[in-house]
Amino acid sequence: MGFYPIAHGCKARAMKSFDWTRNEVLVFGVILAFCALAAASDPNFLSIPTLTDLMRNSIVLGIFAVGAMVVLVSGGIDVSFTAVAAFAMYATTVLLRDVAPEMGWPVAFLVAIAIGAALGAFNGVFIALFGLPTLIVTLGTLSLFRGALLTFIGTAQISNLPSGMRDFSRWMMLRGTDADGNFYSLHWAFVFLVVVVIFTWFILNRTMLGRAIYAIGGAPESARRIGIDVKKTQMFIYVYVGALAGLAGIMHGSLARISNPQDLVGLELSVIAAVVLGGARLTGGIGTLTGTLLGVALIVLVRNSLIVIGVPSVWQSVVIGALILLGTGLPAYQSLRAQRRAA
Amino acid sequence: MTDSTAPLVTLEGVTKRYAAITALDSVDMTIRAGEAVCLAGENGSGKSTLIKVLVGVEQPSDGRILFDGVAQSRITPTDATRAGVQVIFQDFSLFPNLSVWENIAVTAERATGTKLVHRARARERAREVLARVGVTLDLDARVETLSVAHKQLVAICRALASDARLIIMDEPTTALTEREVARLLDLIRRLKADGVAVLFVSHKLAEVLEVCEHVVVLRNGAKVADGPAEDFDSASLTRAMTGRDVAETPPGALDPSAPELLVVDGLTKDGAFRDVSLTLRAGEVLGVAGLLGSGRTSLAKALFGLAKPDRGTVKLDGHDIPLGDPIAASGQGIGYVPEDRLTEGLFLEQSIARNIAVGRFDEHASGGVLNLRALWDEAGDWLKRLSVKAPDPQAPVRSLSGGNQQRVVLARWMARQPRVLILNGPSVGVDVGSKAEIHGIIADLAARGLGVIVISDDLPELLGTCHRILVMKAGVITDEVQGGGGVTEDDLSHRLAS
Repeated sequence: MGFYPIAHGCKARAMKSFDWTRNEVLVFGVILAFCALAAASDPNFLSIPTLTDLMRNSIVLGIFAVGAMVVLVSGGIDVSFTAVAAFAMYATTVLLRDVAPEMGWPVAFLVAIAIGAALGAFNGVFIALFGLPTLIVTLGTLSLFRGALLTFIGTAQISNLPSGMRDFSRWMMLRGTDADGNFYSLHWAFVFLVVVVIFTWFILNRTMLGRAIYAIGGAPESARRIGIDVKKTQMFIYVYVGALAGLAGIMHGSLARISNPQDLVGLELSVIAAVVLGGARLTGGIGTLTGTLLGVALIVLVRNSLIVIGVPSVWQSVVIGALILLGTGLPAYQSLRAQRRAA
Repeated sequence: MTDSTAPLVTLEGVTKRYAAITALDSVDMTIRAGEAVCLAGENGSGKSTLIKVLVGVEQPSDGRILFDGVAQSRITPTDATRAGVQVIFQDFSLFPNLSVWENIAVTAERATGTKLVHRARARERAREVLARVGVTLDLDARVETLSVAHKQLVAICRALASDARLIIMDEPTTALTEREVARLLDLIRRLKADGVAVLFVSHKLAEVLEVCEHVVVLRNGAKVADGPAEDFDSASLTRAMTGRDVAETPPGALDPSAPELLVVDGLTKDGAFRDVSLTLRAGEVLGVAGLLGSGRTSLAKALFGLAKPDRGTVKLDGHDIPLGDPIAASGQGIGYVPEDRLTEGLFLEQSIARNIAVGRFDEHASGGVLNLRALWDEAGDWLKRLSVKAPDPQAPVRSLSGGNQQRVVLARWMARQPRVLILNGPSVGVDVGSKAEIHGIIADLAARGLGVIVISDDLPELLGTCHRILVMKAGVITDEVQGGGGVTEDDLSHRLAS
């Protein structure tokens, strides 16, 4: 018999499997409700073309969100990743066009990932080595990377992409027409998202490095005391997130079949919103990939299909804003009530 | 415990100098396996420096340290860990966002040098340690959802998981209730039987004596007392720590003609306390003794309006005080010093002067513009009157010691000249010397005609400061005893626990 019996132990366990206030559950519920509404007003909504559209639109946003989540979990916030992505995409396009136009897409991707990682390392130096606040640093580099791109590399969009990127854009996993004669297709790029998610999941949950990321997000001082190298861990995070941004950037350019240096920047808050909707805490230490992907799915649904349930698309940002307030407010309110009851 | 083997840890003439200050002055000390040693001393006596030197965070300027009889040339934190020395800091250094098993196993798992998470092995490790200390905890519970006592357990288990042979506990009892302290001491006894040594660093002296074999007292960096625990009692320990006797002189008899100040009648808050009636007279110090969960804090908050009671009345000078309205309560002259001054009582990052002045904005404003000079003068005046030892009134309150922080909270209220002051745990986390001074302030307030309510589970404190003590159990006032020598501590604790 234990000397410290926990009276509420059993109840706590029962509540865990039945916790309606978890963000994941909430977001999933809202997605289902949204789909039900959409299906009711448009019978064609529940179809393969809708699904493949949703998946295609989740690719770039999803990779961004995975990166943003890793940073949030570590207790930081990164707003520069869209600028990193735009920089990597456009600089790679220019480089390939001018130097090696015949290179295959893997080269383009590797170059973009390397550029992204280098820019991420730039963030990392200020954050890990100089210990500056992450929001300040990445706000600065958001502007810096974008400015450098437009000033030194170029402002004109490139529609005549290098052959490698063009080849990638045509690389379909499946294509066809459904029973109603609607055309659909799914790009291999979706597999990249899947790979990124699995790889990141492995790092976060199955390696000591990943647990160190959670640890420094939960209690940085405690992490230091048990010998976690906080600086090294932070450096890894920002390089990794930079590399992911580079990958997302080059895929965005390839899929859109145009490399526009003005693209992507401005998306960062929607991405962070998706991650927060999925239950990641802005204060760090808490966040899951499942939640993040659900958050992305919901944001993509709202962005693409709001019109189907009869809400004009100008209401998009209102709906997204309301979802964020609801999605983060409800669990917060629940825990507040639990605290009151305990007090 | 065998004397034939070398002690676990030996300190020989350990000295630590920081520039001109000698933080540790030639300290000798031994800790043997299975022994509990108490390291007592006021704030600034060198306790923390000694811990830092022991675990290799700081290097001694002179003297040497032996682990298992082997002199160590230069101890690094890794050496200390390898020798089995583990510190449990006051804040436990846990990861609130991670599960119990992960918190327990993390250091041990890291020590294996693994790059991957071995979930099954780590869980098993955590389960074994919990079984070893005889504790049932949900392995998957997130640590932030646990109570303070359970968090401390997790921290102890983490130390044991990495084969700790000496566990250093910094202020282990500060945040615990009496019952939790008793459980902790039980656990310490079992650890000792298991051959684990414990170095206690504690303010709560009586508890320390109960479980320790050996007491070491530091004052101004030097060892001033060292001996078997049986040779010490509360008074001699206090004398060794402070260099003076802190006499707990109970207050003199209350003037029988003193007018009634605060009258509480039938105050009830469902689920917290019920039917509380009490009368506080001018110049009286009234104690409320209650364990955590007895409703003592809810009652204190309700009197000040921070919680809204369901029924009952509170009258000050015969006038009803609106319930659940702290602004009205403070406007009428009730002050409340909360239990947790760090989160409820102070603006930690703001300056000392601002922390006092914040209660006086209304008085010193004309037409919405503050008369800053008057405001700062008044704050400075109160700092002096309560002898707050502050290098600079513009320094953040965070930089002060616990005792001085508490005085800042008191100064803020006294500047408002309240009629009734409610003190919830006035000396929690305060060293012995400051504690006596805070008790002096309480007596002084009462002598000036204030009514003071002291809520605490520190029974000697209540016995030493209060005219009358109400005993609160399960939300009800069950007993009333006279303070001032009419009742002993044992008697009171018996009434409290029965």
